[in-house]
Amino acid sequence: MKSFSLLSGWFGVRQELSKERRTIIGWASFLLPILIWCAVSYLPFIWHPLVLVENIGDVDYFQEGMRIEKTIFKEEFENMQSNGKKVPQGIPANPIYLPAPHEVAKAFYTAFTTPPAQKDGLWMHESLWQSIKVIFWGFVISSLFGVPLGILCGTYSVVARLFEPFIEFFRYLPAPAFGALMVAVLGIYDGPKIAIIVIGTFFQQVLVISNTTRKLDYSLIEAAMTLGTSKWKLLHHVVIPGILPNLYLDMRILLGWAWTYLIVAELIGTSSGITLFITQQARYQHFENVYAAIFIIGFIGLGTDLFLAWLGRRMFRWDRPANKV
Amino acid sequence: MIDKSTKSTLASYLHQSAEVKTRFDKLKNREVILEVKNLDKVYKTNKGETIALKNVSFKTHKREFVCIIGPSGCGKSTLARILAGLESYSGGEVLLDGKPIEGPGRDRGMVFQGYTLFPWRTVKQNVMFGLEMNSIGSAEAGREAELWLELVGLEKFANAFPHELSGGMKQRVAIARALVNQPRILLMDEPFGALDAQTRAKMQAHLLEIWRNIDITIVFITHDLDEAIFLADRVLVLKAHPGEVMELIEVPVPRPRNLTQTNSPEFLATKARLEALIHPQEVTELNEIPIQQRMIRFVNVADNVE
Repeated sequence: MKSFSLLSGWFGVRQELSKERRTIIGWASFLLPILIWCAVSYLPFIWHPLVLVENIGDVDYFQEGMRIEKTIFKEEFENMQSNGKKVPQGIPANPIYLPAPHEVAKAFYTAFTTPPAQKDGLWMHESLWQSIKVIFWGFVISSLFGVPLGILCGTYSVVARLFEPFIEFFRYLPAPAFGALMVAVLGIYDGPKIAIIVIGTFFQQVLVISNTTRKLDYSLIEAAMTLGTSKWKLLHHVVIPGILPNLYLDMRILLGWAWTYLIVAELIGTSSGITLFITQQARYQHFENVYAAIFIIGFIGLGTDLFLAWLGRRMFRWDRPANKV
Repeated sequence: MIDKSTKSTLASYLHQSAEVKTRFDKLKNREVILEVKNLDKVYKTNKGETIALKNVSFKTHKREFVCIIGPSGCGKSTLARILAGLESYSGGEVLLDGKPIEGPGRDRGMVFQGYTLFPWRTVKQNVMFGLEMNSIGSAEAGREAELWLELVGLEKFANAFPHELSGGMKQRVAIARALVNQPRILLMDEPFGALDAQTRAKMQAHLLEIWRNIDITIVFITHDLDEAIFLADRVLVLKAHPGEVMELIEVPVPRPRNLTQTNSPEFLATKARLEALIHPQEVTELNEIPIQQRMIRFVNVADNVE
């Protein structure tokens, strides 16, 4: 009975967790997948479908360091045994595409310290910087048009009716489909990549922001009108300040959206940035580097978002729901 | 307007002491600030037309306190919104100082039930809003705002944000925010409806205090009979479906008002009259189902609470 109530204490429907529990569970959300990964990597009896050959014995086609299917290894092992030849030796292993955590951890460090393989290649941090620049410009250009248009759509039905039907149609067109077209128009370097991110972000941005704008409590606008606010002043003095915290939240979500278009964008024209790094490392089967690069994107994304969330709480002190946590 | 037979049985609410009578005579000699003539409001919906207000007429004099009362669906909120200019009307005339109302304006302040304070502005900035919108410099607007905050007793909360205030305090800010524009009339649409009984009583007394000290005409919408009698000079009683004026009652309770008067004969007589008008006993409305009829018993026969 006691243990039951203890457990149910963790599952209050829509109840805030205590600060202590928040921290514990927050860490657990990262630790859990890492633990699973460790178990799969370090416990030979979990999965490990291959055998890493350490001693080829008398099997003529085996090579040292080769990863071979368990059944084939077993077959050859019995084969050699019955023929009285030297048996091969090996240890259970995972496929090459699943490196162990410590290998990836090492790759994190070496990725930044290893000079590029080719002479004109880029260092890891240079590749990353290239990607960040593409994201930045893509997002800025999209927002420059998307935010004002979204707010206008949410405020004036005329604007909404004029733009939204077409945008609704256009947002279903997959951004990468415009790759070839954008290369033809903007060349092979950063231009088309930025364009793909803009296409991927802009249309969603307008719709999301116009929706947020529409959710502003209309009675605030009425109150402002009874205080003698002219039609044109309403936008600047009521609508925009009123939606700002939610607009900011939308922008955080949309920035994450922009990142998802990055990899496709960077494959267009001449490959560049973190994508080039990842595809090259995959080609050489350096999968630990591939994972390291993917995780770095994750860390940059999470880091930016945490920073923006922190900044938002500081900027919008008056917004109670946002500051509740 | 008043039926002779009801007059004899409920005469006392029409009886005014000499003092009250002179007050009303004086009041009616003041200039007319608001005049509503044969006002109609028809909503066009998919199901057809709904008449919200039909042939509503009344006059309000300068510095009068008018309460508009009626059952739900009588269009009292619609009337307030038309006066504020937030809603159009289908027929008739609405004149403020003899000029027709066209859209919202600073000459008609409004206090809503839902507070509607701007959450991103501090209390003082909320009060300054109307002045800023009417191109008054921020230094002067700040001084004015402080003055009005003092009037509603919230000068200590000038730099607080609305979410830090209680309901009653929020509504006081809303009153200050409306009054800072020095409107001709103050429209209040069930402003104390969301407050608890105690806060409500305090706010009523506070509102009367403000009204006494300021050149303001108040049109106050409520569905609370006691509130209407306690506050008003005259009570405009509307009936529902369609919203029509039933009677414009002159409240015979002398001023200054206080809570002990709620048991005075004038008060009770007025309340009885309002109740008779708003909740007529014989006629049950079609959409109103009597509660006690044939209620199923869910407890043991022996287990009685009364």
